[in-house]
Amino acid sequence: MNIHEYQAREIFRAHGLPVPDSEVVDTPEGAAEAARSLGGRVVIKAQVHAGGRGKAGGVKLAADPEEARDAAGVILGMEIKGLRVRKVLVAPTADIATEAYVGIVMDRVSQRPVMMVSPEGGVDIEEVAETTPEAIFKETIDPRYGLLNHQATRLAYRLFSDPSLARAAAGVLSGLWRAYRSADATLAEVNPLISTSSGEVLAIDAKMNIDDNALFRHPELEAMRDEDAEAPSERRAREAGLSYIKLEGSVACCVNGAGLAMATMDLVKYYGGDPANFLDIGGSSNPDKVVCALEIMAGDPNVRSILFNIFGGITRCDDVANGIVEAMSRLELRVPLTIRLTGTNEEEAVGILGAAGFKADTDMDRAVQRAVRAAGVG
Amino acid sequence: MAIFIGEHTRLVVQGITGRDGSFHARQMRDYGTRLVAGVTPGKGGQTFDGDVPIFNTVADAVEEAGANTSVIYVPASFAADAILESADSGIELIVCITEGIPIADMMRVMPYIEERGCRLVGPNCPGLIVPGICKVGILPGQIVRPGRVGIVSRSGTLTYEVIFQLTSDGIGQSTSIGIGGDPIIGTDFVDCLRAFEEDSQTDGVVIIGEIGGTDEQTAARFVSENMTKPVVGFIAGQTAPPGRRMGHAGAIISGSEGTAAEKTRAFRENGIAVAERPADIVDALHAVL
Repeated sequence: MNIHEYQAREIFRAHGLPVPDSEVVDTPEGAAEAARSLGGRVVIKAQVHAGGRGKAGGVKLAADPEEARDAAGVILGMEIKGLRVRKVLVAPTADIATEAYVGIVMDRVSQRPVMMVSPEGGVDIEEVAETTPEAIFKETIDPRYGLLNHQATRLAYRLFSDPSLARAAAGVLSGLWRAYRSADATLAEVNPLISTSSGEVLAIDAKMNIDDNALFRHPELEAMRDEDAEAPSERRAREAGLSYIKLEGSVACCVNGAGLAMATMDLVKYYGGDPANFLDIGGSSNPDKVVCALEIMAGDPNVRSILFNIFGGITRCDDVANGIVEAMSRLELRVPLTIRLTGTNEEEAVGILGAAGFKADTDMDRAVQRAVRAAGVG
Repeated sequence: MAIFIGEHTRLVVQGITGRDGSFHARQMRDYGTRLVAGVTPGKGGQTFDGDVPIFNTVADAVEEAGANTSVIYVPASFAADAILESADSGIELIVCITEGIPIADMMRVMPYIEERGCRLVGPNCPGLIVPGICKVGILPGQIVRPGRVGIVSRSGTLTYEVIFQLTSDGIGQSTSIGIGGDPIIGTDFVDCLRAFEEDSQTDGVVIIGEIGGTDEQTAARFVSENMTKPVVGFIAGQTAPPGRRMGHAGAIISGSEGTAAEKTRAFRENGIAVAERPADIVDALHAVL
């Protein structure tokens, strides 16, 4: 789960990082007031779950409260990478001497958290990694011991040769690790971590992603979820326990299992169609889930054809068939439905569907081709 | 011989009295797996289905019932400790079916497993099956057929689909293993490929990958440098958008890393025949075997 910059700032501040005071507002007037109370020049930053906010025009400087109002007026309501800006952060501008990058990511290869720093901050770190990989320094963290003091010191001196700045940076790195660990994060970064001409080290940006699997033990983080950032259909699917991602195509796919769901989407593409979504109904054959899945797919205006692809193992085909029949009795479907079922209790399933007037196929390729043709594209 | 499990397997089910644990304990036993014990703290001394002893701890199951393999069906919030308990009790092979274990928990588990020298398969995996001999996990027994092709996959039902298509075509399997869809897993592609290469009952291998991470690329290099047996590959997720988690916690393209195109290229460059559709795996196997 992504959280917003202003939320990550709060978490970082709670772990002792030097994050300047800021306010988050949702109206231009609120931005003017925030600018007044902070005093001096401010920066207005769009709060959306997207990188490249600056390039998209979502970050503006303002010299006084009037300018802050105008800047917030432009940014609020703006769309960045398809996401509408509903909140802006108002923060004092800083007198920047140097900009560094510091971050922690979950590294799949070493199976450990890795702390990365670069004296070349303030820019896209993936770009730095590609163009000047020698400017990135890393320490692998042993999860049993955490970030060790000497590791923080070693990295801090990669950023600053001045001992007092390096000491401050080491403190930031230790705090960042505590924030990462205590929030069950998969990513925590400050870009840029700045030094000022008066010799301060400040974290003027904050980014965090939280491990979805750990949210059950962090109700305070779950409460930070921005439901406006999700498509309404994705939110509904999440609440129903379905794994759903909306795409732009016209062939909707409802599958049990994530790998088979991806393979089904790929096969739709192979036969000339475009998948409308990823949808994994999981191992459950609960009719309510099937109904919800059908409603979500049918509610997508781009959808011209719906395909069920069920490989019964633990999931029993007859349960899914009952779910489909039940769902179809509650719904009026305006697009053709293609059903592929095979595996556990396949014969019973075909019988149940047949009695209700539905045909079912047992071959995946044939069913996908039929669904693509039904969408009028293949 | 097969890989990792077989006639030598003496299984303990952790969470045997739960809904999933009890269902699959029966399925595994009916398939022929030697189920020697179950563990549910607080229910030690009882029996499961009349003759399988239940213990309070895995250590008791090892000591009194001679368990050497464990399979875990406990909820995600307890699963990491269940793995550690097995490792601490001298279990040699731990298969964790549970989905949704926090990444931080798995990060703490992995060094412990490595120190104890045991093998973890999963988590978030369907387990393993040696057709006609033994199954540990949730793979459906009715779709497999004994034979000489090894299957290793990050997926569950997609693996069943591939097994089913092979079986329908008369191609049997030596062992099928699902290694799990999480970003941190115990046994990776290379561990399985190495075991299949050494297994005298396996003539060729099917590797089923998906988007996210770089395990497939590592596996591809291993195949070109270390394997003499033919390998056929498939990658799911060519149509997956970047930055979105496709069901599996590990199935996510981050930045430009982990795309299906990149993995397919790595397979091809390292001599793995890549099937464009699951159905093409059968033909690709006929071509190399």
